[in-house]
Amino acid sequence: MAAPTMNRSTAETPATPVQTLTISKALNMGLRAAMEANPKVIMMGEDIGKLGGVFRITDGLQKDFGEQRVLDTPLAESGIIGTAVGLAIRGYRPVCEIQFDGFIFPGFDQIVSQVAKLHYRTQGKIKMPIVIRVPFGGGIGAVEHHSESPESYFAHTAGLKVVSCSNPADAYWMIQQAIDCDDPVLFFEPKRRYYEKGEVDTTAQPGKLFESRVLRQGTDATLVAYGPMVRTSIDAANAAAEDGTSLEVIDLRTLSPLDLAPVFESVRRTGRLVVVSEAPSESSIASEIAAKVQQECFYSLQAPVLRVTGFDTPYPPSKLEEEFLPDLDRVLHAVDRSLAW
Amino acid sequence: MSSPEQWTHPEPDAAPAATAAKPTAEQVIAGLRATDEGGADLVQLLTPEGERVTHPDFDIDITPEELRGLYRDMVLIRRVDREANALQRKGQLGIWVPLLGQEAAQIGAGRAMRETDMAFPSYREHGIAWTRGINPTELLGIFRGTDQGTWDPMEKRFHPYTIVIGNQVLNAAGYAMGQKFDGKVGDDEGEATMCFFGDGATSQGDVHEGFVWAAVYDAPLVFFCQNNQWAISEPTERQSRLPLYQRARGYGFPGIRVDGNDVLATLAVTKWALDECRHGNGPILIEAFTYRMDAHTTSDDPTRYRLSDELEMWKLKDPIERVKVYLVRQQWADHEFFEGVEADADKLGEELREFCTNMPDPPAERIFSNVYAEGNPNLDAQRDEFLDYVSGFAGGEH
Repeated sequence: MAAPTMNRSTAETPATPVQTLTISKALNMGLRAAMEANPKVIMMGEDIGKLGGVFRITDGLQKDFGEQRVLDTPLAESGIIGTAVGLAIRGYRPVCEIQFDGFIFPGFDQIVSQVAKLHYRTQGKIKMPIVIRVPFGGGIGAVEHHSESPESYFAHTAGLKVVSCSNPADAYWMIQQAIDCDDPVLFFEPKRRYYEKGEVDTTAQPGKLFESRVLRQGTDATLVAYGPMVRTSIDAANAAAEDGTSLEVIDLRTLSPLDLAPVFESVRRTGRLVVVSEAPSESSIASEIAAKVQQECFYSLQAPVLRVTGFDTPYPPSKLEEEFLPDLDRVLHAVDRSLAW
Repeated sequence: MSSPEQWTHPEPDAAPAATAAKPTAEQVIAGLRATDEGGADLVQLLTPEGERVTHPDFDIDITPEELRGLYRDMVLIRRVDREANALQRKGQLGIWVPLLGQEAAQIGAGRAMRETDMAFPSYREHGIAWTRGINPTELLGIFRGTDQGTWDPMEKRFHPYTIVIGNQVLNAAGYAMGQKFDGKVGDDEGEATMCFFGDGATSQGDVHEGFVWAAVYDAPLVFFCQNNQWAISEPTERQSRLPLYQRARGYGFPGIRVDGNDVLATLAVTKWALDECRHGNGPILIEAFTYRMDAHTTSDDPTRYRLSDELEMWKLKDPIERVKVYLVRQQWADHEFFEGVEADADKLGEELREFCTNMPDPPAERIFSNVYAEGNPNLDAQRDEFLDYVSGFAGGEH
């Protein structure tokens, strides 16, 4: 895939290319850059126009690009995805916002039956360059259906690609790369990290979209996470370091296709792997990583691959989410079990 | 043309137009009823007896040559349908989805479209495919299991067959929105989209959402519902209290019921609807009132759920016979013409049989091809491992 053009002018071109931004603002700037780069890029979703989206990710875009490129759609997710399919066939590159993770299911049929399969059905005669943005995960004290982690459903579906950003720089670049991709991309945004800040260099050469990245090097055990759990894993590694334990942290970034080469390389050195994810563990991304690592690193493993995840329950009432969600202590507890094996 | 208000927006307290001849209580209880009356709002230009009638809002000037062409289309696509049905019975196709009885609805609608218009079919639209210039042999692979449709959707302006009920209605709405965004709507050169679905699909949420989307974005979309009275075993009464065309009122656009066994009326109404759309007055719903004369598919058994006298009634409304009668009565076609069409049909049938029985199975690589536009290294590895495994067998067989 071609990397997005660098030096895109934006309405808010800074004096210096390096800025400290929130994930939320970085996504907004990335979307703006994509819309400026290609007039066929359009935004579709509920309340994304004047309101700028419930998380303000599309803030100001309708004002600057008009109602025909930033569409406040009727309230129906199947309609958003289903019409995006037709617009993609017509030559557009729709970016659909699903307001909350738990609202994607009315659109599930169109995603699985059409978005994922049209390229295969037509043997490449129809492309589906659609991005479906999903604020996902818990930790914001929300009511039911607003804190889910449905990524495994989509990673399980052939024809889709699935990524998740964990920091502002990735948010800025990955959203543009996803829009440039000729395959449909489910883009999972860590909603509880929207307001975490980091440096973004808008002139840097970004890494590839479908690649995992080692964020922190270590020697005793490997932590693999994506989206909101990357921050949790980094915090755990920092805490462990104070106790003299060296943890390697890998940000998966791409969930489908999985890029596990850096994980295999790491596990061959550390011999121990803990996978961290908010999603329930059964038949999950974490399960797939465990299966592939035992296949590829069988003789390097000093302990079984452990998973620290949400439980195999519906997402609980929010007063219980601190117990439900993996946190620093649960991650370190798993690391201790792995080291003691 | 009179105002749409007259014929699309019946007063809410008016008696609902009849969807059917009154069934007996026993038929209702049994879930069986005979339906052949389209009601007072039915647009018809050629009666089942082959009488040319007029309609105050819709009429059409048709030349003898054009009508002979429509007749030929219907005869040929019926032959394609019967041959394919027979090929399934001989084990050459896994399944076939018959269009028998719906020839006029499809040829009339299909011939109303321009090359620049786009069509989104369901899976029974063999007649529409024919009018889009798709060789009927290209339909066979879908039902034989060698492919999932081989035509180029953009070159033919004919989307792949959509099997999930109602999905294509939203896809069509999106495409039509794109036509509008592209500035291709607003004058006689404008583009329009047609979407095909059945009476059963009208219960799907996607069809409702398609109606909503097309309406609020003023999309140039003709919703063409072939009400063939049966969704496998369920009658239209299981889908709606209201005649389907009247649903359009609730969405704020015109709905028209046309005699779907009358190729002239279907052509006239669809041409009008497409012109309205290309001028920016879409969307429009057309309910083509017709009848599925054969089973839902070759796997279905209609004797379990409907009475055979219903079929006998509809045979009297055959879409092809009425045109033949009219052509003969008008002396627009002679014996030689009809013989010629039969000969063409024989030839087409032969080509179809020949093609079908010689279709090769796809190679194992086909399982993995074109899942992604930009590839997937993990899938490539899986493919290579499998092909290596397959090649380990003598002669590559396993």
